[in-house]
Amino acid sequence: MKRHLSKLYLLLALVAAAIIARYQSSIGPYYFQIIMYIGINVILASSLNLINGFAGQFSLGHAGFMALGAYTSAVITTSLHVSPGTAASYPVFALALICGGIVASVFGLLVGIPSLRLKGDYLAITTLGLGEIIRVIIQSLNFLGAARGFTGIAKLSNFFWVYAVVAIVIFTIANLVRSTYGRGFLAVRDDEIAAEAVGVDATRYKIIAFTTGAFFAGIAGGLYAHFVTYINPSQFGFLRSFEIVVMVVVGGMGNIAGVILAAALLTILPEALRAVAQYRMVIYALLLIIIMISRPQGLFGQRIDWGRIWRRLSKRPSPPAEGKT
Amino acid sequence: MRRLIAWLILGAALVVIGLWIGCGGGGNTSEILIGEYSAMTGTTATFGQSTHRGLMMAVDEINAAGGVLGKKIHLLTEDTQSRPEEAATAVTKLITRDRVKAVIGEVSSSRSLAAAPICQANGVPMVSNASTNPEVTKKGDYIFRVCYIDPFQGEVMARFAFSTLGIRKAAILKDIKNDYSVGLAQYFEETFQKLGGEIIATQAYSEGDIDFKAQLTALKATEPEAVIVPGYYTEAALIVKQARELNMTMPFVGGDGWDSAKLVEIGGASMNNTYYSTAYSADDPDSVVQNFVHKYTARYDDKPDAFAALGYDAGLILFDAVKRAGSTEGAKIRDALTATRDFRGVTGTITIDSDRNARKPIVIIAVVNGEMTYKETIQP
Repeated sequence: MKRHLSKLYLLLALVAAAIIARYQSSIGPYYFQIIMYIGINVILASSLNLINGFAGQFSLGHAGFMALGAYTSAVITTSLHVSPGTAASYPVFALALICGGIVASVFGLLVGIPSLRLKGDYLAITTLGLGEIIRVIIQSLNFLGAARGFTGIAKLSNFFWVYAVVAIVIFTIANLVRSTYGRGFLAVRDDEIAAEAVGVDATRYKIIAFTTGAFFAGIAGGLYAHFVTYINPSQFGFLRSFEIVVMVVVGGMGNIAGVILAAALLTILPEALRAVAQYRMVIYALLLIIIMISRPQGLFGQRIDWGRIWRRLSKRPSPPAEGKT
Repeated sequence: MRRLIAWLILGAALVVIGLWIGCGGGGNTSEILIGEYSAMTGTTATFGQSTHRGLMMAVDEINAAGGVLGKKIHLLTEDTQSRPEEAATAVTKLITRDRVKAVIGEVSSSRSLAAAPICQANGVPMVSNASTNPEVTKKGDYIFRVCYIDPFQGEVMARFAFSTLGIRKAAILKDIKNDYSVGLAQYFEETFQKLGGEIIATQAYSEGDIDFKAQLTALKATEPEAVIVPGYYTEAALIVKQARELNMTMPFVGGDGWDSAKLVEIGGASMNNTYYSTAYSADDPDSVVQNFVHKYTARYDDKPDAFAALGYDAGLILFDAVKRAGSTEGAKIRDALTATRDFRGVTGTITIDSDRNARKPIVIIAVVNGEMTYKETIQP
């Protein structure tokens, strides 16, 4: 029974997303926009968490994967002249998103291969370089609008698409890390040589992490492109990659729920701080510094112990001996 | 202790978020709310801040004169961090939460392109102050601009080179990766050939290049009467400097990408005998311009650049339209904006054409003795 529980959750989440999407127009447009950005950032941060947090491969190229997904899906939907609301738009959009994800994951594979030889800082620089290469290539391709950007993308992303993908990403990653693969990721992250020695195929696990992470980043890019309706290569610069890394680090590397909360928090904060005008980014940065000094393992650490929080809130005494959860 | 701090931060963040959700935008009926989205931080913050200063001056002046329709103008400014998706959020907030009657912004075309569909969908007029990409105003009939577009600038530059400088054989050195530069070069070439001139050579560089001697030597061999460099000031200054070292004494002509004090700082005396076009010059003897420069200098202790002037004009044109519309209804302001004819702004006499773009004169600046000096104004 417990094995199928996560599938039930996924189904419930999808149904809930579909129901809320029907009533999305009653949410104020401004809040709605931020809710959509939160969803997209949760997908990005969660998929990077798989690469950085679980497999321990420090990647700084996530914006590049996102750009690939955004442009691929935008080219598909605009060349097919899909207009929002029509019956044909749903399967075409789903297909476009998946194509974007596949293109991104092919590039993820390309980075996965050098990452077999590189570690730590060197890998970070390689992935940073790849992200920039993707951006510069797009910038010089005329049929993608080059530096002028890609205009006229149909507004196909709605609440259902974004939050259905959020649910699928969380489902996939949560199941992946609890499976043999997850143990493999953690083994590679904690000690690659020891893992190899006991027969864990480190190469294989790294590549799986990179391609899966890149796939979802590509889908997030597609959702983003069809929500903002205008994309420009400069939107996918290395600063964007850093933002996603910050979400993962603040949430706690390898903490699924923590990263989701951090992605939401870090998307809302700059908006909530609008009242202080141009000082908001200073306060935002200051908060990040304080968080990193006081909680170097991330706001929520390795995992959130929901049981302990519940016991505290309900003022129940802690059980005498903490059993394994 | 550390845990306490972490919880305190989390708590403070939640309080801020709670306040943010709690407080809705309340409208004050004795004021007209106008929204501005501008790059106050980020990569193009200097442009955004200059614009904001110019616009604030326009707002304070109109309020000192009694406001519009008997009401004061209240300007709400939102930062875009120089990012398109932030521009979309800022404009959505301004329109749906604060319920502004019209929106002013942005400098960069990429941000204006992200925000324009939102203004159009909500029926709120948007006046872009400095987005030169022709696509921006094609987003709908509520989108206007007060700056000229690149095709128009290329055309004026060609006419200036042909008529005033008497050039018949010109060479082009363009930034191949920058669409502003490529576009300007193309529009220059079209008009110049139509006038009867000849483009005898074209060479390319990329932003960030330091050495241009190879391209310049190739251009020198074709003996052009003038070289057109439609790029940005850093490269333009280096290009002219190296050309002079190669004994190329002919005039160099550029566009508004040259408009920075850095141009002569980098190029020094070798910039003599160069010309560029721009929206406005603080040295223009015109009384409207001098009046503006005087007021701006008194207020900010700084010389106004073209962005400040365009911000000021964007404000004045919008307020004038609201006044003529006699209403703050979006559709009526739009109709009044469409009907703007011969509006006397700091950046010239502006007429809004049928594509909602501004037709206005262009100022030509000449570098004389290492100083930027006003040369002439070319009417559209």
